This record gives sequence, structure tokens and C-alpha cells, in this order.
Amino acid sequence: MSIKRRDFIKTGAVAVAGSMILPPFLQSCQGNQISADVKNYLDHFEVSAELMQNIIAEAMSKGGTYADLFFEHKISNSLGLEDGKVNKAYSNIDYGVGIRVLKGDQTGFAYSESVETGAMMNAARMAANIADSSVGFNQGDIFEKLPADYYKISKKWEDVSVEERVPFLQKVNDKLFSLDPKVIRVMAFLNDESSYILFYNSEGRLSYDYRPMISFGVVCIMQKGEQIENSYVARSFRKGFEWLDESIVDELANEAIEKTNILFDATKPKAGEMPVVLGAGGSGILLHEAIGHTFEADFNRKGTSIFSDKMGKKVAESFINIIDDGTLQNNRGSINIDDEGNEVQKTYLVKEGILNSYMHDRISANYYKVEPTGNGRRQDFRNIPIPRMRATYMEAGMSKREDLIASVDYGVYVDNFTNGEVKIGAGDFTFFVKSGYLIEKGKLTSPIKDINIIGNGPQALADISMAADDYKTDDGTWMCGKDGQSVPVTVGLPSVLVKKLTVGGLS
Amino acid sequence: MTKEEKYKLAKWAVKHALEKGAQDARVSIYESQNSSVEVREEKIDKLEQSTRSGLSISLYVDNKYSAHSTSRLNNKEELKSFIEEAIAGTRFLAEDEYRRLPEPELYFKGKVKDLKTFDEEFLSVDPQDKIKAAFALEKEVLGKDERIISVSASYYDGMSSSVMVTSNGFEGDTENTYYGLYASVSVNGGDSRPESGWGDSAIHFKDLETQGIGETALKRGLDKIGQQKIESVKMPMIVENRSAGRSLGPLISALNGSAIQQKNSFLVNKLGKKIASDIFTLLDDPFIEGGRGSRMFDGEGLALKKRAIIEEGILKTYYIDTYYARKLEMDPTTGGTTNLVLKPGNRSLEEMISSLDRGLFITGFIGGNTNGSTGDFSYGVEGFLVEKGKIVKPVSEMNITGNMIDLYSNLVEAGNDVYDKSSWRLPSLMFKDVEFSGK
Repeated sequence: MSIKRRDFIKTGAVAVAGSMILPPFLQSCQGNQISADVKNYLDHFEVSAELMQNIIAEAMSKGGTYADLFFEHKISNSLGLEDGKVNKAYSNIDYGVGIRVLKGDQTGFAYSESVETGAMMNAARMAANIADSSVGFNQGDIFEKLPADYYKISKKWEDVSVEERVPFLQKVNDKLFSLDPKVIRVMAFLNDESSYILFYNSEGRLSYDYRPMISFGVVCIMQKGEQIENSYVARSFRKGFEWLDESIVDELANEAIEKTNILFDATKPKAGEMPVVLGAGGSGILLHEAIGHTFEADFNRKGTSIFSDKMGKKVAESFINIIDDGTLQNNRGSINIDDEGNEVQKTYLVKEGILNSYMHDRISANYYKVEPTGNGRRQDFRNIPIPRMRATYMEAGMSKREDLIASVDYGVYVDNFTNGEVKIGAGDFTFFVKSGYLIEKGKLTSPIKDINIIGNGPQALADISMAADDYKTDDGTWMCGKDGQSVPVTVGLPSVLVKKLTVGGLS
Repeated sequence: MTKEEKYKLAKWAVKHALEKGAQDARVSIYESQNSSVEVREEKIDKLEQSTRSGLSISLYVDNKYSAHSTSRLNNKEELKSFIEEAIAGTRFLAEDEYRRLPEPELYFKGKVKDLKTFDEEFLSVDPQDKIKAAFALEKEVLGKDERIISVSASYYDGMSSSVMVTSNGFEGDTENTYYGLYASVSVNGGDSRPESGWGDSAIHFKDLETQGIGETALKRGLDKIGQQKIESVKMPMIVENRSAGRSLGPLISALNGSAIQQKNSFLVNKLGKKIASDIFTLLDDPFIEGGRGSRMFDGEGLALKKRAIIEEGILKTYYIDTYYARKLEMDPTTGGTTNLVLKPGNRSLEEMISSLDRGLFITGFIGGNTNGSTGDFSYGVEGFLVEKGKIVKPVSEMNITGNMIDLYSNLVEAGNDVYDKSSWRLPSLMFKDVEFSGK
């Protein structure tokens, strides 16, 4: 477990693929109020509505005020290329049920990797221990909450053989070597994941989701004289096999070559405070770190966030709207229901410069007496849901990118990042710049690389003085970590000018 | 599962894989039990308990390789088809002549030495005592200072066991336990709400420190009040022992066989060369009793040895597993660190601080990264400004920037305060000429 309240984001590294099997689809559940869709999920997990109600009753037996069951079956595959060959494959099957009991804002949690009645009852009893009375519990009537449909796909990854996937890795390898003679090594991966989720709670809410995910990426290593440089480029979506085509291969290869080539002539800026122009797209990492985590309601409920007393107050220039959105079509951060069975929103965190909403899970929404925002997420059935981001972005502004750059006498322009981190209470956040450019007298000049930028969240937010009209979502393999749990997210931003941040560099 | 049941299942899986067309296989069965309790405001905030198990199998099929894992162990028929489908999928991959099991003579055989990594009392610790320990920890802090905003105190523990069997003769098992206490304190610092945590961990329940953790967490939080950046400057840096791993990590990653073979490491072609100052000696010692990384064999079953990684600044060896050893035409060492021991110096942290005319004492890192190909790094830091041997004020929101080889060539002193409750046993470290960026 992780107990440090430091939260980070990173673009995924190379992992890898293989085959999978579904558990046998058994006949179960004759419940008459159950739709065919839900019945498929009950069958998938070999449970009946009645059995779920019995588990909930056991979970609530010691006086809990709420309980839920989160069944999950996740099939992950990874296919890897190294030294010109698709020569490794990994797969993982994860299956089980997480059982959570709340008593007010206190949480009891246990999970079982088996859906046998005895094993689930045992887990329910453990989770029940958060409470210590024997208040009676009235089972709610079952009602189905239909999930949204934010990730339509044509061909599921489970139906795609290793043989069909291999050529795409080979092609991206060959393309990279053909584009530039400086390429000395290529690593490529194709990771997919299919998650089946069934949710039921003590209020009777019954829901389900099917979550596909694909990530395709390359690490390109190039040599010029003695100097060796590398770049990582990837795309990730909740899409099916139909997404893979030649254009993605070309896009990855071209971008990797371009990003690596910049590095050979790159230098370091002068160390210190200076204006920073954040290029459209991946610079959204600024929002994720500087603002996003500190708007997660658990931190604010406990008073540990630097934004704890800022609701309804002006935190940024009035042209700024910042959103956390779980509803973008096929986006890596989208979810049809959150992991507490709640509807997912497009949530305005900052509206016209005013702090408008935190991101809530069930516990914090209850505490603040607001509707849940659909931010209750969990890494898997082994972990409890907590407030988490989805796709976090800022709406486009009115300025032109060139005007942002032209307004800077000495500063940096940055648009390629690997990772960031924030300290919730102090508000200090960082992001690591893989590459960018110096700005001198209003013009982009030498490339720069490998510098950390550090700032303070509220100050940086207030210091965003211009935003361009070139909004872009970054569809990289962003993975967000908090309390030891990782969840997929995305970020997006138009080009913005931050008046002052502390830039790593040399004296 | 008992150890015997795990061995039985592992051997069955190896046999099934061989019967269905694999030429070789390696199977691990693992199991773990974990519990944790977190308390806030004199109530239990979270109570978690879990038992998990899994099987992982590496398959060598017609010179092709893949690896698979599953948490569904209950149904033999399903495991059979899991293995069979995995073999079928492997056949679509490219051949890779380097993918073979290790040479059997390199496997650990001999007698297992008791490395004291397991607490036999694990299952008999009373759950109520765990909860009490968390409440006692919280109590140490609550009400002790009016600037406290939030306190959380956690107790956590775990037990894990595994067996590994290969088709060319390896059999081995491991057992580990851990216990921990951790306090996290947020304090009101005016515009900022600094947070700090402190904890202890142990392999045996009876060895867990229960006194003083909360007090330390609170003190470290209060000490951060008023943190500010100072001007950009080049000067000495002392990194506190518990944070030293963050500065050493990139150097260790660069020793990895995969990075070396892929030429994605700034330590390519550096064996036998000077990469750090004379005082830098680093050992990998698998056999320390009670060491957090102690073990007799590695993840492939290779027998471990005590090795010098860096000796008086000279790079002696890489971390190379069987696969990359064959690709690099070198002898395998092992794929990862066990207990890393950095040779300590003679002076305490306090003596090192008081010897500084002006410098920064770093207690934490935030964000940042290292370019693995070149060793160039840049990290966020926080800590304290030291002037004329005294800590004068808390500092944050600054970066350090440089190159790993330069940094370790500028290592001027290691303290005598080795933090031995981590598998990386590091003392506080003092470097000269570090580039800080601030105001």
C-alpha cells in the first residue's frame, strides 16, 4: 500500500500479449426483473440477483449504512517488438469481486478472487467489521441503471488473434528504420485490455460496463556520432481493433523521429523563474498537477488541499474554463459508469475563472451535500474507489499561439512531457519537459531538453494570462497514480502563457 | 494453499505445458495476505483486508517466448485451456534464439540459509492490536499543536509466499512478512498547508517501533511552514538518507541489461571505468539477515552472490538476466537489486550539516526525471537552507539539474546514518557543485 499523499502522472513505459480465455458462461439467475443485458453479466460472473442481495445483507449485518459489490473480469494482453522481431507476449487474467461497506464516511473493504458463495460471504463479513452494531437492513428493490455509451467499438480485442496484431508492430519498426539512418534501436508494444464490470449496491442499483482499451507505442533510439537519444511516443483509446491501421503506424513513426531528432542539438535554459508558453496538447499535464489533484474532494473534505477554502472564489482569469470530463467519445479517460455505479459527468472545475466544483466520489458528495460527479474510480476490484480525474482539459481561448510567443522576451516554449507530481497541501507541482524551445525576444530559438519545471498550483493558475485558439487533446498513455492506485486519464490544453514558473537549468 | 499444494500445482502446470507442446516452462504460484487500518479523527477511516493468489507461467515454444498470469486458480479445466491457448498464441510470435531457460548449473541448489525475512507469528497477531497501534499513533499527534489541520495514522501488514518450478530442474520457495506504521500530518502554514509523513517498518511485529513516529511526522510538518524558494545558485547539497534512493535510482536503472543491450543507458561501455568519486562504493548483498531485499535466488532461480557494483568510483558490473546476457555475450549476474549497500562514512548527518558554509539540505524530491540515454536529470526538491553550519530556513519549489555521472563524481561524503529498513541501505549523501534553480 502507499500512504504518501503525493500524486503523480506518467506516460506509460513499455510493457507487452498473448491469448486469453473467458470463463465458462453458465446458466444462472432467473430473476424476472432483470434485462437480457444485465443477465449476460450475471451469467458471466456466475451470480444471481438473489445471491448478490444475500452478500449485501451479510455486508450490512453489523450496521453499515451502505454497501456495494464490484465484480470485475479484466483480460490484458501485451505484444512486444525488440531488435526487429515481435518476440515477446504477455497476458494476464484478473477476476474477482470487491466488497465495500460504509458507515458514514468510514470504509470497510475486502475482496475475493473467487465468486463462490462462501468466499464472497467471508469477504463481506470482513468488510462489515467497519461497523459494530446490528441495526436492521432493508434490502432495496433492484433497479437497473443503464450505462452510457461513450466507447462504441466494432471488433473486441478478445476476438483478435496474436497473428492479426503482429504485422502492425513489424510495420512501425520497419517504418522507423526507413525514415532515418540514425535509428539504432526500436522497441514497440501493443497493449490491450478488456474489462467486464458488474455493480450492485445496497440501494438496489444494478449496473454494468464493458471497457476496452488499446495502447500502441514505440521507443525510438537514435545515435548521432557519440550521442544517443531516445523518445517515447504512444496513442491510447477506448477503441477496438478497427482503430489499428497504416495511418496510426505512420503517425507514431513520424512523431518519434521528429521528437528524437530535436534532442541532438538541444541545450538547457538558464536556471530560474521565467515566462513559460505551454504548447497545445500534452501541456494539459499542468492542469492535472497544478489544479486537478487539489480539486479532488477527498483532500478538500479533510482540509488538506491548498484549495480547501476556495469554492466559489476567483482562482483564475475570467476567460478560463477548466473541465474534467468522463464523457468524451472513445477517450482513454472516459467511463460509462463510474466505479460506484454513478452517472458520469462533464464537470466544470473552473468556470469563467471561478472555482465551480470539486471532483466527487460517493463519500465526498455526501459530505458536501452535492450530486456525485462520477469521479469515483478504482484501479481494480482490489481497491476502493476514491475521487479521480478522467479527461482534464481547458477550453480554447481567443489569442493566437504566435502572439503568446511574441510576448515573451526570455522564456521557454514546452510541448513534450514525460511525468509530473504534486504535493496537495503545499500546492507545489512539477512536470518534466522532454523537449521544447527557448524563446528569445519573441521568437523560438534553440531546442531545450530534460528539464523539470516547478511551480505552485494556485499561483500558476492565477498566472495564466493568455490562451490560444488551438485546443488539442493529448491521447498518450497517461497513467495517474494516487494512494497506490493507477487509473488511465488524458489531458488537453490550448497553448497558454504562464507568467512565471521556476525552470530547471544551468547557471 | 500450503507450500506443498503450491509445489503440486506448479509442477502440474509445467507438466501440462510440456505435454501440450512447450519445450520448456517456468511456473510460479504466489499468495499474499494483507491488511491495513487507517484512522482519522479518532475513528477508523478505512479497514482493508485481502488474500490474493496467482499463477504465472513462462513458455518456451519452438524457440518462441511468452509469459502469462491469472488469478483464477480454482478450476483445473480452465487452467488447462489457459495454458493451451497461451501456447497456441506463442506460436504466432517470431523466433528468438536467446530465449531459453537459464543453464541449470547456475540455479540455486545448496542449503537455504535462514535470512530472517519471515515472522512465524504473523497469523497470531491480534487484529485488535493492529487497530490499537494505529489509534495510539494518532494520539501521539492529536492536540499537540494548534496548527494541525489533519492527522491520519495507518497500520499495515502483509505476508507473501511463492514457489517456483522450471522444467529444467529448478525448485525454490520464498516467504516474507512485513509490518508498518505511518503517520501523515497536515498543518496550517498560512497560505500553504504543508504535509509530512513519517513511518517505521519491520519484518517482525515485535520489532515495529511504536513510539515517536507521530511526533516526528508533526515536527517535520511544522518545520516546513514558511517554505520558500531562494535564488538560483550552484552550491553543495546534502540529501537525507531516506530520500537518497531517489537520487541513486537512475544510476541503478542504467545498469539494467535491457538498457545496456538496447544502448539506452549512459553506462554503456563504462565497465571498469570511473563513473563516480573515490568514496562511492556500492555492494549488492543478498545474504543480510533481516535485509528487506534478502534472498537466495532471483526471479529466474539464479543463485545469488554478494557483488561489488561500484568500487571506489569504478563500475564493476551490470545487472544482467539470462536473456540479455546471451544477447550481450556476457555472463548473467542477476536481473535486479537485492540489498544495495552504500559504504557509509564516519560523520553523522548533524556533523555534515554543521560543516557546510552554505548549502541545501534536501529532505524530499518532487517530480523530475533522468534521460536514460544521456544521464541528464532535473528534479524538484524541498528541504532547508544551511548557512554557517546551521539550518536557517525551509526551502521548496526548486529544481536541481545536471548529469548523473557529474553528480556522483561530485559526491564528497557519505554519512554514517545508513537507513537499514529499506532494501537500499543508504546513508545521507553530500555532493558539491549542484545547480539549483529558484528565483
